[in-house]
Amino acid sequence: MLNMSVYIALVAFAIAMIGIVYRAIKGPSTADRVVALDSLGISLIAVTALFSILLRSSVFLEVILLLGILAFIGTVAFSKYIEKGAIVDRDRHK
Amino acid sequence: MKNKPNDLILQTVTTMISFIIILFSIHLFFAGHYTPGGGFIGGLMTSAALVLLLLAYDIKTLNTILPFNFRMMTAAGLLISVLTGAGALLFNQPFLTHAYDYFELPLLGKTSLHTAVLFDIGVYLVVIGVTMTIIQTIGESE
Repeated sequence: MLNMSVYIALVAFAIAMIGIVYRAIKGPSTADRVVALDSLGISLIAVTALFSILLRSSVFLEVILLLGILAFIGTVAFSKYIEKGAIVDRDRHK
Repeated sequence: MKNKPNDLILQTVTTMISFIIILFSIHLFFAGHYTPGGGFIGGLMTSAALVLLLLAYDIKTLNTILPFNFRMMTAAGLLISVLTGAGALLFNQPFLTHAYDYFELPLLGKTSLHTAVLFDIGVYLVVIGVTMTIIQTIGESE
């Protein structure tokens, strides 16, 4: 019963990720692609959690937190590049 | 100077989240012996927190907060790892032989202390030093 619902959720996330990848390829502007990549990372977190339920193992819980942090930092870096053109400033006040 | 961006939300979030990331990296570092983790991913997470500080602020501010020379940090990590390996030679054991024992620590109770942690500290420092050297060198070039 649990396995069945986890499989259904995995299929739903696979369909959602296909839609996100479509937006990442088609998206007219760069910001569309950045948001699509961010939500792809969040969906990947959900898939990791579902797989750790399926495999009856708790060793993937670090991966979930890691993917959340990496998705956040990547999105911040991309949006700073879109806004300023440079990711790392040398001196902010100059 | 003409359109100076206002990064108040990003900077406020960064000051809270970077401490959480550093705590998570320390947890990953010390949990590496029995669960997934270790020196490599711990060092990468610590440098991710420093990169988040670099994104929200700038290189000059990071050098003021953490006045480290990251190349010296790489050298110190390599030295710690080599000395841990060479320490086994003092006890007539082959190079890189590790040892462990159980100790009664005041607050933690019975704890097993392993010399592999010292080797892992070397790996941790090397990973932080190399990552931050690469990112600062790329960021400083015009």
